[in-house]
Amino acid sequence: MQVSLSRRWQKIFSGRGAQGWVYLAVFALLALFPLIAGLTIGNPQAASEGAGFFEGLLQRAESGYAKFWQGMLIQMLILSIFAMSYDILLGYTGILSFGHAMFFGTGGYAIAILIGQHFNWPFFQALGAVVVIAVLQSLIFGILSLRVKGVYLTMVTLAFAEMFFILAEAGDFRQYTGADDGLHGFPVPAYLSATEHRTRFYYLALILFVLVFLAARRLINSPTGRVMIATRDNENRAMMIGFNTFWYKLIAFVAAGVFAALAGALSALFNVSVTPATLTTFRTIDALAMTIIGGVGTLIGPILGAGIIQLLGYWLERWFGANWTLIYGIIFMLIVVFLPYGIVGTLRRRSFGWKAGWARWKQLLTGKAAPG
Amino acid sequence: MNNVLEVHDIQTFIGQYHILEGVSLEVPRGSITVLLGRNGAGKTTTLKSIIGLTPPKTGAVLFNGAEIQGKPTFRITGQGIGYVPEHRAVFRDLTVEENLRIAERKKGDLALRGDFIFNLFPDLKRLIKLPGGHLSGGQQQMLAVARALVPENTLLLIDEPSEGLAPVIIEQMIEAIRQLSAYTTVLLVEQNFIMASQLADRYTIIESGRSVKSGQMADLVKDGDTIRRYLGAT
Repeated sequence: MQVSLSRRWQKIFSGRGAQGWVYLAVFALLALFPLIAGLTIGNPQAASEGAGFFEGLLQRAESGYAKFWQGMLIQMLILSIFAMSYDILLGYTGILSFGHAMFFGTGGYAIAILIGQHFNWPFFQALGAVVVIAVLQSLIFGILSLRVKGVYLTMVTLAFAEMFFILAEAGDFRQYTGADDGLHGFPVPAYLSATEHRTRFYYLALILFVLVFLAARRLINSPTGRVMIATRDNENRAMMIGFNTFWYKLIAFVAAGVFAALAGALSALFNVSVTPATLTTFRTIDALAMTIIGGVGTLIGPILGAGIIQLLGYWLERWFGANWTLIYGIIFMLIVVFLPYGIVGTLRRRSFGWKAGWARWKQLLTGKAAPG
Repeated sequence: MNNVLEVHDIQTFIGQYHILEGVSLEVPRGSITVLLGRNGAGKTTTLKSIIGLTPPKTGAVLFNGAEIQGKPTFRITGQGIGYVPEHRAVFRDLTVEENLRIAERKKGDLALRGDFIFNLFPDLKRLIKLPGGHLSGGQQQMLAVARALVPENTLLLIDEPSEGLAPVIIEQMIEAIRQLSAYTTVLLVEQNFIMASQLADRYTIIESGRSVKSGQMADLVKDGDTIRRYLGAT
């Protein structure tokens, strides 16, 4: 039994890309992070008198910088889930959606409304409903928007997302959605409060992150995933060998929609607020940027991109104040010019070239093509 | 039913361009039929019209006696037509094995015909774990043909198998197509008249979107006038 179980794990972890033990090491590091943070940057006074070493560590993890950095990591994990879901569409199926925020925002609104005063649903029932809503939503909008291709598909997804943004902002549903204020302070169960139990919430986010990662990996390495990649490579070719590519694109759409909705719900629970901003195109562009920086068509890329963008945003804002987005834009341009396949993509292709990047940079600034 | 494929006077538009203005042809069972004609005559569009990538506006396409025009591509190919497009259409990000396995219509197709395929193209067995994009041009062309052999197909459409290949590879390709034609009927598009004349039993010439002449290959080889007039080759 044990042997077959470990084989199963090996199978899940050994796709293409990095070796399984690298993932396990990273997951282990993430799992130990609260303890490490408690030991190093937590407030030593936070440990209560007479608490054991382990108990004291956990108490210290709920204090000072340890708590703050767990919050940072929680947001990174949420963004990672969102970016991974986006890459299932963009990187593995070749669908450029400008409406992915629709799922993220709807997930957030759904959980907030369902556990809120009007419905008062138990938490897990509401979470289940979030998944059901995401499946229905992605099925409906997938079937409608996948009828067209390329840039038209992008425009249709954009239109659907704007529709939901307008719905959320409209005064007509203020009672449920809070209109342009959004919803704040809805009753997140006390045992999941990110302010009271930061470490617990961290593990919730980590578990969800790992589950989504494994599920996405399983999907991509399955025969269905191979057809998705074939569709991205060349849709006509995939049809020629007898696949109705529509269904494979729809599967990608639904998987991406559900994962994004879970990220949105988690984000709403963490912040105890959800606003129409979660439904804007900017949210989608965040996911796009994370995916491009990290590497399109890899699962690690979006995770790395999410981490980098979150950290860059934090540090740049501290160093440069309100104008940080200017610096951020320049850094983003540099990454696109020098690492056109993203960080992971460039590493895998071993295609980093100063000279080629420098030539692209000069071309960008002068508008002239490099000689030769 | 003597003809695997019959095409009756199809007309195909791409956008506003009238590409095929009346193409008819027959592919007898067990034969190798070749479509000849100059660049831009409409040979590739004829193949694409048959499998529904550019569906014909009028006319009929009969596969084993049943009309297939207007059906979606995946249904047409699913009935047993293998299509090898021009320009070595392999999936660049999938390995050789995945490229073959993805073409299975029934589970076990590859296991059933794997030996035959690797006998035809021994190189592919050596390269089985390599991504399609890493193969050379000739190897990619072999993979594209091999992929069409994985499921059980009664008709293979092969578009320009010799395009851009080294002479020694062309020899291998001719030999492979000759061997596989023992099991399936082939409709071939080929610019290389020498290759076409070595392989094919029958021919149809397409000129400016119309089929102008069909017949036995053996007769065409002797017919210098027709060759000069429509093919500009000797």
